[in-house]
Amino acid sequence: MSYLPVPPTDPSMRLSEAEALGVVEATHPLRVRSRIMRRLLRRPVAVVAIAVIVVIYGAGIFAPLIAPHGFNDADFQDRYANPSLSHPLGTDSLGRDLLSRAIWSAQTTVIISVAAVLTGGLMLGVTLGLLAGYLRGAADFIIMRLGEIFGSVPPILMLLIITATLLNDVKDLGSNIEDVTGQHWIVSSGAPSYVLVFGALAMFGWVGLSRLIRSQVLALREAPYITAAQASGASNVRILFWHLLPNVGNLLIVSLTLSLGAAAGAEVGLTFLGIGVQSPHPSFGAMIADAVGLSNVREHIQLILVPAVVVSSLILAFNLLGDQLTDVLSPRHR
Amino acid sequence: MAPGLVSYILRRLAVVPAVLLVVSFATFTLGRYAPSDYVQMQAGTRANPETIDRIREERGLNDPVYEQYGRYIWHAVQGDFGTSVKPRGVPVSDVIFPRLWVTVQINLLALVFSWLIGIPLGTLAALKRGTWLDPFAIGVFLLVASVPVLVSVPLLQWFFVLKLHLLPSGGWSDASFFGVDLGIFSARAILPVLVLTLASVASLARYMRAQVLEVLDQDFVRTARAKGLRGDVVVVRHVLRNAMLPIVTIFGFELAGLIGGSIFVETLLGIPGMGLLFYESVTARNYDVMMAIVLLGTTIFVLAMLAVDIAYGFIDPRVRLGGVGG
Repeated sequence: MSYLPVPPTDPSMRLSEAEALGVVEATHPLRVRSRIMRRLLRRPVAVVAIAVIVVIYGAGIFAPLIAPHGFNDADFQDRYANPSLSHPLGTDSLGRDLLSRAIWSAQTTVIISVAAVLTGGLMLGVTLGLLAGYLRGAADFIIMRLGEIFGSVPPILMLLIITATLLNDVKDLGSNIEDVTGQHWIVSSGAPSYVLVFGALAMFGWVGLSRLIRSQVLALREAPYITAAQASGASNVRILFWHLLPNVGNLLIVSLTLSLGAAAGAEVGLTFLGIGVQSPHPSFGAMIADAVGLSNVREHIQLILVPAVVVSSLILAFNLLGDQLTDVLSPRHR
Repeated sequence: MAPGLVSYILRRLAVVPAVLLVVSFATFTLGRYAPSDYVQMQAGTRANPETIDRIREERGLNDPVYEQYGRYIWHAVQGDFGTSVKPRGVPVSDVIFPRLWVTVQINLLALVFSWLIGIPLGTLAALKRGTWLDPFAIGVFLLVASVPVLVSVPLLQWFFVLKLHLLPSGGWSDASFFGVDLGIFSARAILPVLVLTLASVASLARYMRAQVLEVLDQDFVRTARAKGLRGDVVVVRHVLRNAMLPIVTIFGFELAGLIGGSIFVETLLGIPGMGLLFYESVTARNYDVMMAIVLLGTTIFVLAMLAVDIAYGFIDPRVRLGGVGG
């Protein structure tokens, strides 16, 4: 495996004077990164974590191909069945196959957490955090006050209000889109509640990350190599994305890894409360909601065990991976 | 105290009313915008529509939202936060504060336990780096931190309530001690405190371990060791003090998440705290209670965040509070 080459023809990527003079470390962090990837794959814990994520994400992505039953195929003759050949993990209170429910729920988890982390975390969080920390002054003030407003209610309170109140409107929007495009699967596929949940998560997901990045940039921007870049006439955009971003990149990778786990947990929680993904669409939150209650826990512990094991191991895998990445990435621990 | 700090705090505090206005307006609008309202819900589907409309008219629910909001804010700044509709006619503060007290008791106890256990555990794991204890500790911390409350509550119920018959399955019971209602001495408090402690002790220990490791490799620690300082003095005076920086921010975040973090524990265990109250008030469209909880939660959050930022400035002088340019 080779490192990512820096195209010398692109003028914006030429070495700045400071870099040429050796004031700045000339090895671009991207080159270091592929070495880090190899180092990560030599660690058994990291490999196990990646494997768990790949299995659960793979199950979710290929759910239509591998799930033995549909997520809502009820069989009232076969309720609370024990594991058997046709139902490897047994069935739930409506006689639905638990393995298939889990596979389809993984699909929901993948869709919502990836969408929320890409939009809220990566696009909004990184850009706003970099700008606030680097520009300071008015931009910092506006972004941080915006963040304060968005973050100044405990997110779960606002998520609860938003998902509890806006579902009908998002559904209306969905059916309007159906009318315009002639695609009539949108509302029945459950897409509105998916959009609502990931949208709400993204809306509040950027605040934490941008604060984190801002605080790093605040400390970094006083560093000599930034002063050197400024002195050599580098533009703000170049300093932000070329000098600062790679140096908060380690933090970012770890944070995004952890965010994926956290977003998965948030979706499960909202759906558990009955305001996330709407029944009968599958979610681990819905599976847990069906399984709690003392009589269910007493007599059908497997109902809670299936979603419990999958959700916990997915979140654990993301946390493990985040931890391993931190170890590998931290320059002082090599 | 630096002279800049006072003006910084004042400047930040000046923003609080604006934040409260925006958040309250958003919450108010969303609440009024939601399908159905409390009149419809309490009257049921078979009630006479004209009666329902008359009640709405009387209560001003048919007015434009901005008028209702203006009225709400006008009363709120005079200290009148309205009345609850379920239980009916009770002033909001009488509904909220007993419930807040329950949540605070559980969380405070869990916080004390998790800090008492988490900080030493995390430090120990970091100092034992390179031995079997460290990877073992990390594994256990991570496992415990990764199990969501939604999962741990039913599993702990299964174990302690159904198998061992040690603990009551849920609920809350108060006893009066010198005129103060305390529920934490009842066996019913054990399960929620255990769940919340488990949830935060593990993440706290993880952060602490990471921070201590970060500081251990710094030059000044090597210098301190090289000049012959005793190991425990180095750890306490040089390592711990610097490792506490991000930990202090976690304290702020925990305070900020007080109400939201309690929703799942309280709904699962049937504990009459703020989290359960909030969930009930949203689903029952108990507008005034919902608004008051959001305003209270917002105030707590903003103040907690301000404290975090001030702490940052104190511990790491490289972060200059409120400085312009530079």
